[in-house]
Amino acid sequence: MIDAMRESLLAYGNTGLVAWVVLKILVIAVPVIIAVAMFVYWERKVIGWMHVRMGPNQIGPFGLLQAFADVFKLLFKEIIQPSSANKFLFVLAPLIALVPSFAAWSLVPFDAGLVLADVNVGLLLLLALTSLGVYGIILAGWSSNSRYAMLGAMRAAAQTISYEIPMGFALVSVMIMTGSLNLTEIVMAQAGSKGFLDWYWLPLLPMFVIYFISGVAETNRAPFDMAEGESEIVAGFHVEYSGSAFAIFFLAEYANMILIAFLATVLFMGGWLSPLQGWITADVAWVDWIWKGGWQWTFIKAFLFSFFYLWFRATFPRYRYDQIMRLGWKVFIPITIVWVVVAACLKYFGLVTIGA
Amino acid sequence: MTFELLCFYFFGTVAVVAALSVISVKNSVVAALCLVLTFFSMACVWLLAQAEFLGVALALVYVGAVMVLFLFVVMMLDVDFAPLREGFVRFLPVGVLVAVVMLVEMLMMIGVRTLQTPPSEDPAMLAGMSNLEWLGYTLFRDFILPFEIAALILTVGLIAAVTLNERKRSHTKLQNPSRQVMVKREDRVRLVKMAAEKKGEAAP
Repeated sequence: MIDAMRESLLAYGNTGLVAWVVLKILVIAVPVIIAVAMFVYWERKVIGWMHVRMGPNQIGPFGLLQAFADVFKLLFKEIIQPSSANKFLFVLAPLIALVPSFAAWSLVPFDAGLVLADVNVGLLLLLALTSLGVYGIILAGWSSNSRYAMLGAMRAAAQTISYEIPMGFALVSVMIMTGSLNLTEIVMAQAGSKGFLDWYWLPLLPMFVIYFISGVAETNRAPFDMAEGESEIVAGFHVEYSGSAFAIFFLAEYANMILIAFLATVLFMGGWLSPLQGWITADVAWVDWIWKGGWQWTFIKAFLFSFFYLWFRATFPRYRYDQIMRLGWKVFIPITIVWVVVAACLKYFGLVTIGA
Repeated sequence: MTFELLCFYFFGTVAVVAALSVISVKNSVVAALCLVLTFFSMACVWLLAQAEFLGVALALVYVGAVMVLFLFVVMMLDVDFAPLREGFVRFLPVGVLVAVVMLVEMLMMIGVRTLQTPPSEDPAMLAGMSNLEWLGYTLFRDFILPFEIAALILTVGLIAAVTLNERKRSHTKLQNPSRQVMVKREDRVRLVKMAAEKKGEAAP
């Protein structure tokens, strides 16, 4: 059906090609936006339960429409520009924050063959795209011409650079194991007959933990949300933003969070592979994805990881700035450097089976 | 005109314009951002030339890390750059001369003749590998010694930079986070037992 649609659009020449590309982008972008809206609702609900509160419960059944009400409120509010802000960069900054976080979604494989861009250097491209998002934050901080925003931006820049290194090493170990940077091949390398023990989380356990913690730090979320630190610098880099400009920052941050959850799934938890792989062989319609694997597993695992974000936020107090830097440079980087060598040895001596 | 050629002209124009504005823009932060744009469009040009790894590595290393730190420094510096740029027009001939000499040197190194001959077949394609695999095999098998030497030189440079910058400061207060974490209640709080005061006694 998809091929037929592609053919019918390409028949119109260049216009059809553009339409096809736009369609592909929308197929990814629209669900991401809706997922972000529902994730915000879920976050407020979960944190509410953890605080023994109700959470949003007024708008729609169970408060389900709360997120959309918030969106409409933000969209209709006035965007106030500080009088001595750099006008051009002030408007550009939210867009720069948004574009890389959406572009990275095109690389995520949801199922075998279900990926928008099956790139050979996928892993590297992901790292590059996620590191571009920090420009939005820095520019927002600088162009607002406010001390609080500036401090938030400086903190965000230092933190993102620091945690990119352990994150990169974690990706290197995955790359060593697989021998490829292609995300689909990375998932297929985790297939096997030992169920969930075949996934990379087991041989690369420290890397897996460090990757996820670095992901939390990279997206500036609690307990590493020094860039926003309400108690010290009001709201950090977006203190001068209001209305839809603020909404775009919000969207980019949450899209990044969900992306990190999906990536942790794909890189370390076997993507769409089933945790029961190889243990059950039966053919039953509708439910055999449970042991054969399918996109459902990707979403279940990613949902679990995104839940960890909320759990962390409700559980841990915010780190002190020097503690964040110490954790990144003095704890994570040495551990990852050692484990890259360990991973190479595991691979070289054939202690880990790669692929089915 | 093919789509690729159109993209090449677009990215090439953006790169040239951005590179020119790096040296002509007044605001130093905007100049740094123009440099970012130059790097980014060059990365796109390399992607078009099917050097995927180089293109993405350029975006990752220079745009994603080096320029962020550079912006960091430029934003923190409280320097008025206007006087530094005053001699821009006066020194322009010298700059152009240096640029021309560099161009001539580059042409001598690469050779004018290679510019006229059509490019040879993509070696990665000939070997039947992806660009990335071919680069990896070439770098780590055929050129392992130069690669290692380059890595060693960079490490030495890194250590030298750190040593040059490290100086003893006398009046700094340092925290030891591992000791802070290990602290126990007994180290900080002492519970003192006191006899209860009795009724009727005059308070001191």
